[in-house]
Amino acid sequence: MSLGSADWPLWEVFVRARRGVSHVHAGTVHAPDSELALQHARDLFTRRSEGVSLWVVRSADITASDPDDRESLFDPALDKTFRHPTDFDLPDQVANM
Amino acid sequence: MDALLTYVLRQGDRALVLAQRLQEVITHAPEIEEDMALANLALDLIGQARTLYTYAGQVEGLDHDEDHFAYWRDQHEFLNPLLVEQPNGDFAHVIVRQFLHDAYALPFWSTMTSSTDEVLAALAQKAVKETGYHLRHSRSWVVRLGDGTGESHRRAQRAVDALWRFTGELFEADDVERELVAAGVAADPDSIRQAWQATVSEALDEATLTEPAAGVMQTGGRSGRHSEAFSYLVGELQVVARAHPGASW
Repeated sequence: MSLGSADWPLWEVFVRARRGVSHVHAGTVHAPDSELALQHARDLFTRRSEGVSLWVVRSADITASDPDDRESLFDPALDKTFRHPTDFDLPDQVANM
Repeated sequence: MDALLTYVLRQGDRALVLAQRLQEVITHAPEIEEDMALANLALDLIGQARTLYTYAGQVEGLDHDEDHFAYWRDQHEFLNPLLVEQPNGDFAHVIVRQFLHDAYALPFWSTMTSSTDEVLAALAQKAVKETGYHLRHSRSWVVRLGDGTGESHRRAQRAVDALWRFTGELFEADDVERELVAAGVAADPDSIRQAWQATVSEALDEATLTEPAAGVMQTGGRSGRHSEAFSYLVGELQVVARAHPGASW
């Protein structure tokens, strides 16, 4: 017995754990539309009180960086040491940084 | 049998039997996410049934626990309405059965929050939240299937037509109901029917589905008269408990 098979699009799920913090990527679900994507996300990611808010966005709508562009996008940061906070002396009065 | 005991068992059996039907389709839904959704509905219903059976044991006063009511009664002792024992068909059939049930269960539990019976009122506080989500899920699907493709519309309409005759039993008032309504314990079936009718008509309309004309309603489940298919459901539900009496894990 099968109730049928679906070819539903993939949705990225973001969960906000509590008020005041950002939504964090939690995983993905398949769903035919955004309303059901929210319901599926609720069932999969928040049933043990993990969150107070959910976002879903079509995975196809995300533009991701290409791994082949890694050098041009990210490497230059390494040799610009002036961008790193290690060049600054922290006053002793600053306890936690 | 005591009116309160009958009433509590009718509600407990409604929840357990629908949960059993839902469990049968897990791994057969269109996607694993929907398997999870149906399993969550079933788990909520089993939780409600457990509370109701435990309370039934207290009302009955014979030291019976929840397992007694689930596993050691025979099918004619089950008092669920016929709607929830209807066998699974295609996905539209599973969803429409759930929707017709949830549209009843939400106003039922919401009314029961003000029951004069403290145990039922406390359970209702929890159940009304769970059921609100169940209705949201099943209603979403009814609208999508009805107002979806030609094939999904045809299947959803077929399910509505096939299941409609089992809806009248949900609102039947017999001596048990009348006595408990008068005592403020039970929910008045007439007011629940009005809420159900409004929910169902609105959803079917949005789903472009046709509401069947009022016709003859099938009845009997709440008095212990069940369909042939129900005997297989009860057999599968009880086989492990009866093959290994007293086993625990």
